[in-house]
Amino acid sequence: MKRYSALALLKAGLTGQRGWERAWRDPEPKKSYDIVIIGGGGHGLATAYYLAKVHGLRNIAVLEKGWIGGGNTGRNTTIVRSNYRQKPLHDLFDFALDLWEGMSDALNFNVMFSPRGALFLGHSDGDMTVLAQRGDALRCDGIDADLLTRAQVQKLVPLLDMAPDARFPIHGGLIQRRGGTARHDAVAWGYARAADALGVDVIQKCEVTGFAMTGGRVSGVVTTRGAIAAGRIGICVAGNSGPVAALAGLQLPIEAQTLQAFVTEPVKPMIDTVIMSQSLHCYISQSDKGGIVLGGDPDHFPSYAQRGLPPRIEKAAAEAIALVPALSRLRMVRCWAGTTDMSFDGSPILSALPVDGLYLNGGWCYGGFKATPASGWCYAHLLATGDNHPLAAPFAFDRFARGATIDEAGVGVLPQLR
Amino acid sequence: MSGPSRLPGGPEPTLRFTFDGVPLRARTGDTLAAELLANGIGLVARSFKYHRPRGILSAGVEEPNALVTVGEGGRREPNTRATDVYVYDGLVAHSQNRWPSLAFDLGAINGLAARFLTAGFYYKTFFGPPSRWLLYERFIRRAAGLGKAPTTPDPDPYEHRSAFCDVLVVGGGPAGIAAARAGVQAGERVLLVEQDRIVSEAIDEARVLTRTTATGVWDHGFVTLVQRLVEPGQSPAPGQPAQRLWHVRARRIVLATGAIERPLTFAGNDRPGVMLSQAVRRYIERFKVLPGQRVVIATNNDDAYATADAIAAAGGTVVAILDSRAEKSAIANAAAHPVHTNAFPISTSGRRHHLHSVEADIWTECTRFEADLLAVSGGFTPVVHLHSQAGGALDWHEEIQAFVPGASRQAVSSVGAAAGDLPPVGTAVADLPNPKTSFIDFQNDVTAADIDLAWTEGYRSVEHLKRYTTLGMATDQGKTSNMAALARLASVAGVTIPQAGLTTFRAPFTPVTLGALAGADGGGHAAPSRRLALYDRHQRLAPLWQPLGLWHRPRAYPVAGETLHQAAVREACAVRTVAGIVDISTLAKFAVVGPDAAALLESVCATGIAKLAVGRGRYTFMLREDGMVMDDGTVWRLEENRYLLTSSTGGAERMEAHLSYAHRVLAPHLRVSVVAQQEHFAGIALAGPCAKDILAELTGITPPAHMGLAYAEIAGVPVLILAASYSGERAFELYAVASDAGTVWDALETATRARGGAPYGLEALEFLRIEKGHIVIGAEADGRTTPHDLQLERMLRKSGGFIGAAGLTRPALSAPDRLQLVGLTSDTPIPEGAMLVTATGEPVLGHVTSATGRVLGEGAVALGLLAGGRMRIGESLVATSPTRSQSARVTVTAPLFYDAEGTRYRD
Amino acid sequence: MLQIDCPSCGARAQSEFSYERTLDSVVTLDMPADETVRRLYARANPRGFDEELWRHAFGCRQWLVLRRHRQTHEITSVAAFDPALHR
Repeated sequence: MKRYSALALLKAGLTGQRGWERAWRDPEPKKSYDIVIIGGGGHGLATAYYLAKVHGLRNIAVLEKGWIGGGNTGRNTTIVRSNYRQKPLHDLFDFALDLWEGMSDALNFNVMFSPRGALFLGHSDGDMTVLAQRGDALRCDGIDADLLTRAQVQKLVPLLDMAPDARFPIHGGLIQRRGGTARHDAVAWGYARAADALGVDVIQKCEVTGFAMTGGRVSGVVTTRGAIAAGRIGICVAGNSGPVAALAGLQLPIEAQTLQAFVTEPVKPMIDTVIMSQSLHCYISQSDKGGIVLGGDPDHFPSYAQRGLPPRIEKAAAEAIALVPALSRLRMVRCWAGTTDMSFDGSPILSALPVDGLYLNGGWCYGGFKATPASGWCYAHLLATGDNHPLAAPFAFDRFARGATIDEAGVGVLPQLR
Repeated sequence: MSGPSRLPGGPEPTLRFTFDGVPLRARTGDTLAAELLANGIGLVARSFKYHRPRGILSAGVEEPNALVTVGEGGRREPNTRATDVYVYDGLVAHSQNRWPSLAFDLGAINGLAARFLTAGFYYKTFFGPPSRWLLYERFIRRAAGLGKAPTTPDPDPYEHRSAFCDVLVVGGGPAGIAAARAGVQAGERVLLVEQDRIVSEAIDEARVLTRTTATGVWDHGFVTLVQRLVEPGQSPAPGQPAQRLWHVRARRIVLATGAIERPLTFAGNDRPGVMLSQAVRRYIERFKVLPGQRVVIATNNDDAYATADAIAAAGGTVVAILDSRAEKSAIANAAAHPVHTNAFPISTSGRRHHLHSVEADIWTECTRFEADLLAVSGGFTPVVHLHSQAGGALDWHEEIQAFVPGASRQAVSSVGAAAGDLPPVGTAVADLPNPKTSFIDFQNDVTAADIDLAWTEGYRSVEHLKRYTTLGMATDQGKTSNMAALARLASVAGVTIPQAGLTTFRAPFTPVTLGALAGADGGGHAAPSRRLALYDRHQRLAPLWQPLGLWHRPRAYPVAGETLHQAAVREACAVRTVAGIVDISTLAKFAVVGPDAAALLESVCATGIAKLAVGRGRYTFMLREDGMVMDDGTVWRLEENRYLLTSSTGGAERMEAHLSYAHRVLAPHLRVSVVAQQEHFAGIALAGPCAKDILAELTGITPPAHMGLAYAEIAGVPVLILAASYSGERAFELYAVASDAGTVWDALETATRARGGAPYGLEALEFLRIEKGHIVIGAEADGRTTPHDLQLERMLRKSGGFIGAAGLTRPALSAPDRLQLVGLTSDTPIPEGAMLVTATGEPVLGHVTSATGRVLGEGAVALGLLAGGRMRIGESLVATSPTRSQSARVTVTAPLFYDAEGTRYRD
Repeated sequence: MLQIDCPSCGARAQSEFSYERTLDSVVTLDMPADETVRRLYARANPRGFDEELWRHAFGCRQWLVLRRHRQTHEITSVAAFDPALHR
């Protein structure tokens, strides 16, 4: 792997961009691997990287049905934070945050991780108490969380509507200063390049169409590019978890749902922090290119269409303008959607499946991007050793039958209530 | 004279506008782009990355270069295409992304460093700790972005409207008008929309909306339109919106969306003075503007020859026509201009930010032409966006080198140019000697060299190419760059264009303001507000209002400068010592009536119901299917087969759906009806030691015993009296029809105040219920607690058969270390929401769910959820809140602090 | 915005309806506990047709069974929920 650096850029600029190599190879799939990861998104590629880097395993393949990072990794709103209320979640996401902080250097690929702060606004005393509780839980577990007063929030985001008679008046907020954003595509490319450099085969345009079973155990996959034998197989396909697991005869506590986002035309800097709300469901940030990135509620019915419906966009726009009135004249230039794998307690599933040799990393709902490095790290641990990493142990597949669910929103089984 | 100019003749320009502060005049009906050209202005903008001087490329919404800020104050619209705004009197326009001026922009230094700032360069550097990246980012973000957003709120209203039609025709050109006519003749309701100000022909029987863009085609014939009632920055007429978003349901859709001309790729193809050929024609013929005097035309098809004729007719000189085809077509042969075959533009040079000459490769020899306008035509691309959004497939048409609409998934058809009815093109392309300045995506400064680099580095799928180079991701969404990019990708990959891949078309077709998307729901109307029936009564007392979801309810009624806390303490004391009244109207209320009413209630409620006597009520709670406590309330047997169920305010909609599910899906054979009555009846709770006397005085009856009920009248208004207590005092919930409840409130308020009592709000109610250990849905019952966790297990109906019974059998739900409801006491205030830890600080064992000072007496009490709490009575813990720098030493107790024996309820 | 043909109200916009759950996730109170838990926490979740329970919440409030494709959103049938047919 040719190292990236300012010096390399200088040399390339002076020599007409000669000398750059392919970021990752385009290998033909081998007939067998020790471990096959189905799904070439951020999580799957991170898993492959850590299998190679941390566990020294090289006979690994990542099979991606389209082009890497083309699923939710390429469609999310790039928010990174770990300020969840439930301990198993905030411990896992905070481990991710630690890895985010060193990711660009580790991968030698600038993923533009920007700890510009993740701010939750409170719109009533009740909101502020809920935010304080969340902040206290985080601080007691060593994770940064600060309550901000009205004045402090205004200083941070001057364009917020601070009028006391606003429909959603600002009472204050809870901020995680270590949280922020990252460039989503770069995460997929960075992990792919680094994993490839360590000998992992990243194979695109390779769709898994079935599993080969030998004596009740998966022994390989059937793909559009031939049959591939494997010792262990890790499913890592986000919104497609249901259909892929169905190939092995399994049903999951997951339902696919569409989540939309949109971006405005680029403007000069106006919002420096990621803004979310305790009461509203819209979230707002400004990308490095200048566009305002907005998201809101999911479309509350099952879908794989990767295409949402106008009411959610309109509601997100209305809420965004209620918070930041200056947004009204900015124009949405592009809207898109991903398919989220909504688990039935809102928390991920990182676990062996009831079929021997088959594993699942999925059910991240709409919170998967921020977890990418920790998801990869823990899944690599599971695939390499057969045992779950302590941080991932609470997210076992059988927790639903046992009653040990981890429900951040406290709404239960039906995903559309989440 | 060189450069663009207004053609002589025609009406005087009378509209006044400014550009970068310079006052100018315009004719009515002209776009800003046309008028800038008319006024001799060719330099209009600076490009995103390299700050290259840019002019006007097109005459339509596909314009990638001429982005200006139009309007002032809260109406300022940055990134407005000058080609898509019509000049009005007083229009103020400014160029963007340049400092100190358009003509002299320091940002052009980026252009000098262009060789280092190739696509994706930022992925290869800027390493180091995140704090260092934040520093780099500050400069990057300042350099990024085009225009500046307004800083003041938008003063104009927006509106949403719905429409239904049999045919929606998108596009008012000849093909669209013909399709509309056909629909009218067939007796269909026709709606025709056109993004321009004019349609090619009037059509009476169809509804026509101009300045209206179809932004997206969604499912089942649903189409969104954005209609501009005024131009950017212009004030709408009083009472009129600035823009209207239409939601249209159409039985079928006809796309007459035309085609967009393709530029050519060569060095310096982004210079002011290089324009699309049909655009040149439009400026001449429609806007009476000549974009240049000495014109070179470069084309691969016959259409550009009409441009040559138009230029000559307007008094310009066609210096050369560079036709890329090897042989002259019939049109070329008939042309009265110098035509060169096998001719390609190779590069341009400029003077004072404008085109000065064009270097051409003609039969492999280089020739230079002096020109101030280069009109290019690389063929035409049908506008297939909406067809594609509707799920339609695309087919490749070799003769026109473009994708045309193929099979359609919905009732969507395309006509005219949009369907591929376009002139064939020659396919020969010249080599690019200088790919570094041959622009593919003008707005994002993506060159052919960037595409080559992306290919070398392995970003080879179309989506990877786009994301790595950012081509096609600017505000024009690649309208003038997609095909050139695919062509370059195909060439570097050694495949055909259709093999190279396809781009995805995403809504909106052209950018839509957030204000239009929000409609009337922007700003203050982003969510409705729900008001109590007794709002006027409360407002008279100037309460502090508290939101819960969409409701606004009185939190306290401060008098004489009291703080919230002082008022709430006074009110709570009044309830404990005399009496108080509180508005409880928002509680969910359901009339459950029929011979099987008890059976339905027993399926939903986890407690006994069937044994409830007529005239009696009881506390009850309801579980989710997974066994967690979902809601709680009371149930009252008003008559043999008539029950009233109350439950929490916040869960009202959920409970209504739940009851409906339990009946209609799980037990449709039950003879029962459920009617939600939350808003029909207002509710007032009268509580306190004097409550019984007050009620007796007002009704003339003996008030019912605790958990009994009665009907009576107060001030002539029928009321239902339910003797329930939330506060812990002897209390009565009084329900009256909402429209009559004011009279009841007045009578109660007078009688209560006469004895020294007072109305109380939700803050005081909180103090009172915490002392009694009453749980609240959302606080103690947070969706993760079972009945056992909340000390409710003794009330579980042993016969089972309720929703949630199965979920409760799961083993982890009986684990002894689960978070369980406890009480907490302390000498100092206990912070609500604080974490419960041991004296050493770790680990976190639970949290404080609700806290208050004792109403009568000293010290603080609280409810909390504590791991294994039932076994920890008597332990000493710390309630700590690091975020508020508060903590308290607490003792774990049973969750009940007041009148454990319930003596207050007995008369 | 989908369009749903309610048997009693006619073709109405999706915003009047609420998606509730899949038909095969309905658990009745007489099912054994382990069967209930299994059905609650497993879904076919196909990338094709499925039968879903929707409620016409802002209309006639009927419970409806839709047969709907989860990729194309094509709705091939809408019928009032009928335990005889749908359980």
